[in-house]
Amino acid sequence: MAIRERMSGNEAVAYAMRQIDPDVMGAFPITPSTEIPQYFSQYVANGQVHTEFVAVESEHSAMSCCIGAQAAGGRAVTATSSAGLALMWEMLYVAASSRLPITLSCVNRALSGPININNDHSDSMGARDSGWIQLYAENNQEAYDNFCMAMRIGEHKDVRLPVMCCQDGFITSHAIENIELLEDEIVKNFVGKYEPENYLLKKENPLSVGPYDTVAYYMEHKKQQAEAMKNAKAVILEVAKDFEKISARKYSFFEEYKMDDAEVAMVIIGSSAGTAKAVVDSLREEGIKAGLIKIRVFRPFPASEIAKALAHVKAAAIMDKADSFSGCGGPLFAEVRSACYGLDSKPVLVNYIYGLGGRDVVTTDLKKAFNKLLEYAKKGAPEETYYHLGVRE
Amino acid sequence: MQEMTEIRWHGRGGQGAKTAALLLADVAFNTGKYVQGFPEYGPERMGAPITAFNRISDVRCTIHSNIYQPDYVVVVDETLIASVDVTKGLKPEGAIIINSAKEPEDLRASLSGFSGRICTIDANRIAEECIGRPIPNTPMLAAVVKVSQLLDDEAFLKDMEQSLAHKFASKPQVIEGNLKALKRSLSEVKG
Repeated sequence: MAIRERMSGNEAVAYAMRQIDPDVMGAFPITPSTEIPQYFSQYVANGQVHTEFVAVESEHSAMSCCIGAQAAGGRAVTATSSAGLALMWEMLYVAASSRLPITLSCVNRALSGPININNDHSDSMGARDSGWIQLYAENNQEAYDNFCMAMRIGEHKDVRLPVMCCQDGFITSHAIENIELLEDEIVKNFVGKYEPENYLLKKENPLSVGPYDTVAYYMEHKKQQAEAMKNAKAVILEVAKDFEKISARKYSFFEEYKMDDAEVAMVIIGSSAGTAKAVVDSLREEGIKAGLIKIRVFRPFPASEIAKALAHVKAAAIMDKADSFSGCGGPLFAEVRSACYGLDSKPVLVNYIYGLGGRDVVTTDLKKAFNKLLEYAKKGAPEETYYHLGVRE
Repeated sequence: MQEMTEIRWHGRGGQGAKTAALLLADVAFNTGKYVQGFPEYGPERMGAPITAFNRISDVRCTIHSNIYQPDYVVVVDETLIASVDVTKGLKPEGAIIINSAKEPEDLRASLSGFSGRICTIDANRIAEECIGRPIPNTPMLAAVVKVSQLLDDEAFLKDMEQSLAHKFASKPQVIEGNLKALKRSLSEVKG
């Protein structure tokens, strides 16, 4: 029986962590993810979990703690945001390349500067090449569901990679909304026990983790890491299928909203996808064939699937809540445009940088982007492909 | 009732406007609604103007932006009227609910031409007399329920009684005071 509840996105993630009962949490507080270790430390204090909570002195140490715990054969989790994720940087790469399936809840916040505590995706998008699997959530429900699925994905023998579960800071992390929770036993059974084949403290086969890798082997290891990321695609779908059986909620690499006959489309990540769905609905009422693709999995990037989903549209707006300062578009735009390169008939693609540093993403702005698409669909190519949305001129 | 009700709260940091918005989300949730309750975050400090929001409907709302055309505006601190455009975007068929000892019509001149319904409730006095401290959020919550008719009075009181009993299990005197404040507010809201 699903449990009808209402709670914030942060509480939902902490709730999932309690149900999973990991061996170790290493965490250092930073807005807006602070509530996650805060809620979780209460579960620890109440004896509701057996987790060893390590209150470290920095995020670099938080990730180091998780690496140590996971390498020793335990299951480790953490939560962070913005500068906290940035301070983990070096260790993010170590976690991924050591093939340690740690689970990190990233509550997305702008990465300074100027200093800002509000939402955008510049923190996790900066970590997109660190070798972590990245899942993004539209709301508290998806934040909870993704976290429940993360370990099954990361710990799979064909994958063995850490997973970053992202949700939008404040917008979903601090908003109370309805949610359907699963019962403790169901989550526990779904996630299962962590039984790594080899680990640091296995007495039958002791090993060292993270030693110097010489020129003779480094590239082979990197190739294996790349293969693991490719393998993650099938595992993500398999886990989603199993999750549907216990939750009746369907997940894939991305959600297609009214895309079947869409002529113009928006590709977007996170909470703003919900706002954009309302815009799609109102455009449909006007007879405009609008659709939306909401990216759930950014790493690995579902390139061929995205290309297929966009093949029939005339024009699409690719929405980036982070800039990569390439001078020609944000990270999602680069991926989507690259994915569409092999299409015989390519849609017109434009990029919008939007919602930086908590700039409120409103239906009227998203509608403007759709209206522009209708123009491009008629005219063909736009004058430019790299725009900013909702910015004062 | 219309499809979705949108409410914007204006208060000052530390007064409990955010808590009141989250409480309203709670009680609406308990009566079977889909809810959103969220504050607008920034570098807050005690006394600075803050905003919080509610969306309440029978279906899940996917919009995740602030509210610009609210059905109701709640002003937890009357002094904000002088510095914040509290009626901005407020639907003329909606209402503004102000924590004030004044008569509703006495406030119209200071509401930048708002032509709709104005309601007042002396929430500070009710809180002081019933709870013993001037914390206006509980009586403001009841006033919003009364004016918006989002929930049935009795169902609201019953739900609040349960959640207060849960929250203040070790302090039964607090429960009684809060319930009294809610009941008085339901009957004393003007306009």
